[in-house]
Amino acid sequence: MTSAAPGAPPAVLADTAALPADSPATIVRRLASRIVTLCWVELRKIRHDRTELYTRAIQPALWLLIYGEVFTKIHAIPTPGGIPYLAYLAPGILAQSALFIAIFYGIQIIWERDAGVLTKLMVTPTPRAALITGKAFAAGVRSVVQATVVVILSAILGVALTGNPVKLVGAACVVALGSAFFSCLSMTIAGLALSRDRLMGIGQAITMPLFFSSSALYPEKIMPGWLQAISRCNPLSYQVDALRGLLIGTPAHLGLDLIVLAIATVAGVTASAALLPRLAR
Amino acid sequence: MTEPPDTDFGLGTATATSGAAPAPDIPAGTGSATTGGRGSAVLCSGLTYRFGTYTAVDHVDVRIERGETFGLLGPNGAGKTTTIRMLTTLLRPMAGTISVLGVSAAERPMLVRRMIGYVPQLLSADATLTGRENVELFARLFDVPRSQRRERVEASLAAMGLTEPAGRLVKTYSGGMIRRLELAQALVNAPSLLVLDEPTVGLDPIARTDVWEYIAALRAQIDMTVLMTTHYMDEADTYCDRIALMHRGSIRATGSPGTLKATLGAGATLDDVFRHYTGGTLDDNTGSGGIRDVRRARRTARRLG
Repeated sequence: MTSAAPGAPPAVLADTAALPADSPATIVRRLASRIVTLCWVELRKIRHDRTELYTRAIQPALWLLIYGEVFTKIHAIPTPGGIPYLAYLAPGILAQSALFIAIFYGIQIIWERDAGVLTKLMVTPTPRAALITGKAFAAGVRSVVQATVVVILSAILGVALTGNPVKLVGAACVVALGSAFFSCLSMTIAGLALSRDRLMGIGQAITMPLFFSSSALYPEKIMPGWLQAISRCNPLSYQVDALRGLLIGTPAHLGLDLIVLAIATVAGVTASAALLPRLAR
Repeated sequence: MTEPPDTDFGLGTATATSGAAPAPDIPAGTGSATTGGRGSAVLCSGLTYRFGTYTAVDHVDVRIERGETFGLLGPNGAGKTTTIRMLTTLLRPMAGTISVLGVSAAERPMLVRRMIGYVPQLLSADATLTGRENVELFARLFDVPRSQRRERVEASLAAMGLTEPAGRLVKTYSGGMIRRLELAQALVNAPSLLVLDEPTVGLDPIARTDVWEYIAALRAQIDMTVLMTTHYMDEADTYCDRIALMHRGSIRATGSPGTLKATLGAGATLDDVFRHYTGGTLDDNTGSGGIRDVRRARRTARRLG
């Protein structure tokens, strides 16, 4: 048995009680550090097991190949500037695949609670909000990796996507931000539902309504009035709008889209961080 | 464990590692000769927590001296895990105060967490990461400087005898290896207080001994206070300097295993002490804590196969 000591205790412990409270700069630095760490974990997991990347690509591929091809042929849905429906649909499916990944995070956090992982993370010097933000951005990283697969698939199917690297990076940021919000929404519901079974039911009940009440499949202007009102409250619509503007060049309200997504994410982080201790009881 | 129950520190580890004489009989709430009067590692006063109308922890006073191994014993639902959860800042006490190494857990929870290494009852290492990545994750979360990180991670893995399998995914580890990995995670920050919530639940006897030997070896290297809960009286008898017997949310007795056994007369075992203070049955509890505890232990046992 080896018995090397893992290092002397930090000198800070000598007179801990006298240490001053953390400055805002320290809090921000810690938040950034936790986000980087939790994203690093996510990338390591993807590296160890890529199966999910391939299996998760099946659903968007079906939407593009079957739904997209059929509706492109029948011209049933009017598109801005008369662009092919498949091109119009691709950013919507991109957002949808990211949404489905993000919604899984609530179930994941309950699984982590049941496995004892969450409890242990909560006993590290990590603020609850940083833990949630880190998880939210980790969902973003996973979604961006997934989105890359969908973008490649769309390009293979002949969708004329932008080749502008700045716009592609912008699209990746929008995907990450949208996923961050939806994972927070899911983690907030997890904090209320508290059990995996309940959360799975709620997740099923909200995912498709979120998708169908957004502009992912059809423009807002062909929706009935009541659905338009819901769509305007749905952050997925803003995510899709930004992705269409960046990837296929349709008119978009990028500034508004980013502001809505950013505010929604901050609200989501706040709500799920406030509810996180309920999961540790 | 096969050590006779009336032989304090059967492996000679706790005594040797704490660098002091075997703990004499100590009444609850007073200083300990084990630590040479270096002050309290943990000081709880009037600690209370309720789940609805059920009082899980009822005005608990505990004092744990620096450098000692302190065992919190009690039947399922006694309030041990809830007490640990308050000490580790996971739960905010509904009444009472907690001070960890002089720091108020209510006022400076982040600072308290920085000083604690925590191994929960459930097997909590991430099975989808390698052993090394699991330890590195905690090195990062405890802000171990980048320049020291690799060295600390490798030293923690080596201290727990996990250097060789460190590159393998944890899902390939045995139960005992996972527990050692969790200890490596908890130790990467060289904590002043190591909190172990039933660290050997579900492990076979060889793995149990193995885990305790690693903890003892580590205590030989680091000046560390250990707080543990366990259902195994032999472990408490062998490894704890002092124990507190908890039942229905309150502390019924505190002292060294030797003192507590002596109060019941010659030949008494810690099992006898346990029965004496907890009403003679392990399952005399109908509160929600009991169900939660059993469910958690079973889940851990299932993961261990």
